[in-house]
Amino acid sequence: MNLELLNHVSAFIWQEADMLDHGDFDAWLNLWTEKGTYIIPIDPNETDFENTLNYAYDDHHMRQLRVQRLIGGESISTSPRARTVRALSRFRVLGEEDGVVTVRCAQNLREFRKDVLKHYTADITFQLKREGECFKIQRKLIQLINSTDTLAGIGYIL
Amino acid sequence: MTNLIETVNLASSPADLVLHDRVHTSLYTDARIFDEELEKVFYSTWIWVAHASEIPEGGSYKSTYIGKQPVIVVRDRKKDVHVLLNRCRHRGATVCEHKKGKANSFVCPYHGWSYALDGSLRGVPHPESYADCLDKGELPLVSLRVEEYNGMIFATFKDDIEPLVDFLGPAKKWIDLFMKQGAGYGVKVSGEHRFRFPGNWKIQLENTTDAYHFPLVHKSFLSSVDEQTLELFDFVKGPGYVEDLGNGHSVMVMIPELVDLEANLDQPIPERFEALAEELRGEGIEEQQVRRIVRAVGGSGFNLNLFPNVACSMAFFRVLQPVSVNETEIHHAVITMDGGPAVANRYRLRLHEHFQGPMGFGTPDDSEAWERVQKGAQAGTDLWIMLNRGLPGEKPSEDGLISDVSAETGMRAAYQQWKKMMSV
Repeated sequence: MNLELLNHVSAFIWQEADMLDHGDFDAWLNLWTEKGTYIIPIDPNETDFENTLNYAYDDHHMRQLRVQRLIGGESISTSPRARTVRALSRFRVLGEEDGVVTVRCAQNLREFRKDVLKHYTADITFQLKREGECFKIQRKLIQLINSTDTLAGIGYIL
Repeated sequence: MTNLIETVNLASSPADLVLHDRVHTSLYTDARIFDEELEKVFYSTWIWVAHASEIPEGGSYKSTYIGKQPVIVVRDRKKDVHVLLNRCRHRGATVCEHKKGKANSFVCPYHGWSYALDGSLRGVPHPESYADCLDKGELPLVSLRVEEYNGMIFATFKDDIEPLVDFLGPAKKWIDLFMKQGAGYGVKVSGEHRFRFPGNWKIQLENTTDAYHFPLVHKSFLSSVDEQTLELFDFVKGPGYVEDLGNGHSVMVMIPELVDLEANLDQPIPERFEALAEELRGEGIEEQQVRRIVRAVGGSGFNLNLFPNVACSMAFFRVLQPVSVNETEIHHAVITMDGGPAVANRYRLRLHEHFQGPMGFGTPDDSEAWERVQKGAQAGTDLWIMLNRGLPGEKPSEDGLISDVSAETGMRAAYQQWKKMMSV
């Protein structure tokens, strides 16, 4: 097991999680490759995300719009903003090809907004492209364990 | 000591609770009214259960609910559609727990009774103990009356109500117009967003023909679209209208030029669709068909609200399912062109994701507003929900009543039907 790589990707992913929980969205937008995709599918067995319905299928432009919606103060479902704390663990490097490391991990997220505490658990699979000493996110795939159930509004970035 | 009698204990007739321009708050909050609605509305009229594309082949099925009763919608080998109560006739277990799929039969997991696709009881394990006291012909899955109009499948518990086409009446021509967004390929349901909100089902029913809320509740969505789309969605002051179509149905036309998607195909292609048109031409699709696809790709310029549980809403089907007096489940089923160009269908999928669903830029704000209605309606239990917007300008039309685009005409239509059904 390559513990150095595991350490490296874990540190990167924890940093991303911290940016999202603490609203450091400009820094977050810069973590991505130009063509990076942020995907939250519905069907846990789906692999062709581009040609199916997802909860989110964001390219760079949509990520920018999503951030704008969260901070713009025009949306009654995102203001007040939800407070979130996410914990990521169970990192496993699934492989590396052409400078892209694939890592799968577990995310447990607690959300508090107004008077409701909610809990979302997901498998997250990152494709991280090596950029010098660091990484850029090429794809972030968030598979909620209850994706096939009815969900309530999620007014933040998973 | 009359002041000790709470208003909630006073019996009120539906006619006292629904006036021509307002409805009483208890319609959102009274659990006894909700129970009565299940019987008198959901179990007494035509309820939408599926679009034909959801069960394309013999053996295809989906499971859903009519009111609170679980049902299976299934196509048999002869291609006939059956709507069956999802309840084994032996001891009551559900015989199907999947949302959709393909099956040869439905087998109860408890004791193994098996049913054919038309609901007939095929076999029971170890029948010897029943000797001659089990007549299989008497115990099929209960099969409801089913009728279909232009791909829209409805079912009802009632054998004595009017045929579906009469129930739909003038709404039929709007369904026909809506289906034109298949651009000649046909309309296909390709998945759905499902969510719940803590509020009464009629709050959502009202919203489908509520243009008044759009610029305010959906401000963040409007900030996220291009100039041309923004212009298109700036319809509250525009020439659109709402029309009462009878039987509780109504249509809200937001964008009159997009009522008939097959008209005006010679108009210039809007700038935002140029790239898509170019890709379609690149696939060898002839110019007229390119124009047809491009014009249909964003959906129809109207919302058709069919009482009580389905809407043909611009580019998707909106289905509502009552859960309790203060909880409602909503499905937003995305529509694609069946076998149409993948690039056009991707456009439709991304459009749906942009507005609908728990992470869309529209749905969560609607949901928040509806939740606030339910919460606020706990205050002032003797107050009324006002529905008088657009009354002064309302006039008779060929199909019913018509008023301006942000009139509450559609809501008044739905509540008059509610009153009629609840008064039986």
